[in-house]
Parts: sequence; structure tokens; C-alpha cells
Amino acid sequence: MIWVDTIVQGILLGGLYALFAAGLSLVFGIMRLVNLAHGDLIVMAAYVILVVVSFLGINPFLAAAIAMPLMFGFGWLLQRIVLNRVLGEDILPPLLVTFGLSIVLQNALLEGFTADSQRIGAGALETASFAVGPVTLGVMPVLTFLSAIAVIVGLNQLFYRTALGRAFRATSDDPVTASLMGIKPASVFATATGIAMIVVTIAALYLGMRANFDPTIGPARLIYAFEAVIIGGLGSLWGTLAGGIIIGVAQTVGAAINPEWQILAGHVAFLVVLLIKPRGLFPRAYD
Amino acid sequence: MNLLQVQGLTARYGDFQALYGVDLHLDAGEAIAIIGANGAGKTTLMRSISGVLRNAPEMITLDGAPMGAARADEMLMQGVAMVPEGRKLFPSLSVEENLLIGAHARKAAGYWTLRKVYDLFPILHEKRRQPATSLSGGQQQMVAIGRALMSNPRVLLCDEISLGLAPVVIRDIYAALPQIRDSGAAVIVVEQDIGQALKVADRVYCMMEGRVTLSGLPSELSREAIHDAYFGVSA
Ligand SMILES: Nc1ncnc2c1ncn2[C@@H]1O[C@H](COP(=O)(O)OP(=O)(O)O)[C@@H](O)[C@H]1O
Ligand SMILES: [Mg+2]
Repeated sequence: MIWVDTIVQGILLGGLYALFAAGLSLVFGIMRLVNLAHGDLIVMAAYVILVVVSFLGINPFLAAAIAMPLMFGFGWLLQRIVLNRVLGEDILPPLLVTFGLSIVLQNALLEGFTADSQRIGAGALETASFAVGPVTLGVMPVLTFLSAIAVIVGLNQLFYRTALGRAFRATSDDPVTASLMGIKPASVFATATGIAMIVVTIAALYLGMRANFDPTIGPARLIYAFEAVIIGGLGSLWGTLAGGIIIGVAQTVGAAINPEWQILAGHVAFLVVLLIKPRGLFPRAYD
Repeated sequence: MNLLQVQGLTARYGDFQALYGVDLHLDAGEAIAIIGANGAGKTTLMRSISGVLRNAPEMITLDGAPMGAARADEMLMQGVAMVPEGRKLFPSLSVEENLLIGAHARKAAGYWTLRKVYDLFPILHEKRRQPATSLSGGQQQMVAIGRALMSNPRVLLCDEISLGLAPVVIRDIYAALPQIRDSGAAVIVVEQDIGQALKVADRVYCMMEGRVTLSGLPSELSREAIHDAYFGVSA
């Protein structure tokens, strides 16, 4: 039953892509901002975790917990100081600014950490696995997938069950009317980006524990994230998970047929979904 | 001292000047009406008072404090709430969430709570889980009014709350006004329906082309004077 195994591995891989994508989806859903530096922010967070791990000599999960508030603060300031200024009717300025940010981050990381690849060591966890029937599951991919589910459940709870989430949705609908409710759109957006950076940190943790990374790999992560968001339908977090799984399964199935087809198969799946459902699988009712 | 004072208020959209030195005042507990034809500048005046449009600080004072330059969120925190023209409900939010968000930032103790708003407009309780924009026009207007009341405002601005509604629905909505006034809010209603305005307001201002052309007690204003102030003397 090689195919069952291939598909299960693909689904689990989809969890990683969903983690890459969730922060992008969140920010896009709230402020219609496509952050082209999203992948580089994930890489940056991976370096932050790496630094914390090596300075404090602690376990990567603890290090990520320390990195989260730092990344929240970074995201908050980034939105407050830079991105809020370019939000508006015209979608070009935010694209240009986040593209610039992507280049700045890559170069800053190259300066600070060189082009050498790095890895966040996770000890025995890296290779641990267990068998479920005919399928052998890696503990790390399973943890990644469960984390993706937890992130999406958490974000949905935040969105639909809390006063902050209500303010997010109201501000997303109509920032001027939201300000008539005493809401400050600028700080709502800053908080949203801060929360997206917490998700980015979780994505970075698994990125860094599962494979090598270096300062240049951000844009490729952005593309997977982007495809997952678009496949799922803009603004739907469960759709984003579905999108991640579709890319993941396409990649593992592609690779099983011919190892060279792995990356290509993911992109082809993306194009096929777009051809069939141009607005994604779970588009919002209105935009 | 007046609760709200507007002095020499000007407003422009780019090169176009929409208000030319508007003066008006509102006392605590008072209800005033602003009437005027389409394009007279009524909405611009409401947007200026509510902080959506910002002006020189001294053009708008609240309890004597200059507030003309304050943002909308700051005005709300000071107790100035608005029912905007066109209702502007949040489509992603249910009826109840639209009401709750009215009290998101300003949690002032006062008469209005979710329950009191439902007592005022019982139909909203029945439809509380529906998306706000699935309601009829009149019910949506009730949500917009309830949403503004949830902050327990000192000043409630109502911009054309009867626009596009059937007469029976307008009557239901205006029937809420006495209770709103009893709760302590001073009210400014913007109306194109002169009869309605004269009925509910303690004082009336008439605007034309960005200026106040007439003001006074409803009983003092003659039909002719209002006609001239509304359409221009030469019309
Ligand atoms: N956003 C805007 N940009 C440019 N002109 C506007 C804008 N809003 C209103 N105006 C103009 O300002 C004038 C006053 O409009 P408004 O305050 O909406 O009047 P009213 O509410 O009395 O109908 C009108 O001539 C209108 O065309
Ligand atoms: Mg108007």
C-alpha cells in the first residue's frame, strides 16, 4: 500500500504549508495586504529561534515560546510604522514596500548569519516515528500537522468568539465605520500583524527543525503559502489548510512517480484548482 | 455651557468647499433637527462632528473642550456616537455582534445594554443570530441605532434614519426617540422630511449649499421661511 503511505505523507506535509500560509491568510483577510516578505519573515523567525536556542541552550519549543513575543512586537511595529502608511485603495504601494522589505530582510540575514545553511536541532525528535497499520508516521510531520490544526482552530476561535476578533472583522469590512465604534484601525491592523508573526514563529520552528535553511529560501516558502491561500479561497483559514494539503499531496504523489516532479506537481495542482475554481475552494461570500 | 458647540465650521473635499462657517449648538438633553436638500452639507456636518472629517480644534467644542481635530474613535470615547447615513452595518457580523461592537471601546455605564436595545426593538432579539445585512431596511436601521446606543452616548447623531423607508417603518423608528432622549442622550437628527423634523425636534436648523440659512423653534418657523431657506429665496 505504497499509495496510502504517499498520500498520508502528503497530507502531513500539507500541514507545514498551511502553517506557512496561515499568517499570510490572516493578514490578507483582515487588511487586504499581500505581504511579499512573508517567507522572509518566516526565515527571520527561524534565525531568532536559532539564536535563542544557541544562547540559552534550551529546547527549540521553549525557544519558540520566547521568540513569539519578540516577533509579535516586530510585526506590530512593522505594521504601525511602515505598512499602515501604504494601505489604501491602490494595491501597488504595499506590494512594492513588502517586496523591498523582502530584499532588506534577506540581505540583513546574509550579513548577520552568512549564507551557510543552518538547522534547529531537535534531537531524537527529528527521526522518531511510529507505525499506524501499514503506514509509518514521523513524529515531526505529525506534530507539524497537529500544530497547523491547532493554529487554525485557535485563529478561528479568536476571529469568531472574541471581542478582538469582532473588531478584526468589523475593521476588515469598513475601517471608517469601525472608527465610529471607537476602534483604531491602525492598532487593529498592528495587532493582526503581530498575531500573524506568532503564527510565523510556529511555522519557522517546524521549518527549521525539519530541514536546513539559509537566508535565501524565503521567497520559495512564500510561493507555497501563496498557493495554499489561493487554492483555499482568500480569507478562509480552513480553506488554507485544504490548500496546503492539496499542494502537499500533489508533491508527494508527483515525487512517487518521478522524484524530479515533486515541486512541479504542487504548482500544477495549484493551476488545476485555479482553472476549475478561479476563486478558490472556499471563497468568502462577499469581498 | 452648551454640551456641543460648532463654530465657524468649514469643510472641504479637495478643492470643493462643502461647508462655509457653520454655527450651531446643542444643549444637554436637547433634540435638534438639521434639514436641507440633497447636497446641502448635512452629512459633511455630521462627519465633521463625529471626527470622520477633521477640522481646526476650536471649530467643535464638547463641554467647552476643543475637539475639532479629534479622530472618530476619540469622539466616540467622549460620548459622541453616530448612526451614519446608509446605516453602514458590518456585513461580516451578526445582528447581535453589530450591537456588541457599539460598546467595544466605550464601555460607559448607563441606561443602554444589549437587553435594553432588544426591549426597544424586540424584532432584533428574534433575528440576533442572522447576518445584519439580511434584515429589511427598517430593521437594519434599528440595528444601526442600537449599535450607536450601546456606547451610552451623550450626543447621538442620526443621519437620515428615515431615508428610503416606508412610512409605517419610519413611524416605528421615530417612536424610539422619546426613550432615547429619556436615557439622557442629546440628539441631532438629519432629515429631509421637514414635517418629521418639526415634529420631533426642540429646535431646527436649515442648511443650504454649505451654510445654515435658518434656525429656530419649530413653532416660530413659517412654511415660507423654511421653503426659502431650503430651496433658496429665488427658487
Ligand atoms: N467624498 C466627497 N468628495 C467630494 N465631494 C463630496 C464628498 N462627499 C460629499 N461631497 C459634496 O459635498 C456636498 C455636501 O454633501 P453632503 O454633506 O453629503 O450633503 P447632504 O448630506 O446634505 O446631502 C455635495 O455637493 C457633495 O457632492
Ligand atoms: Mg447626506
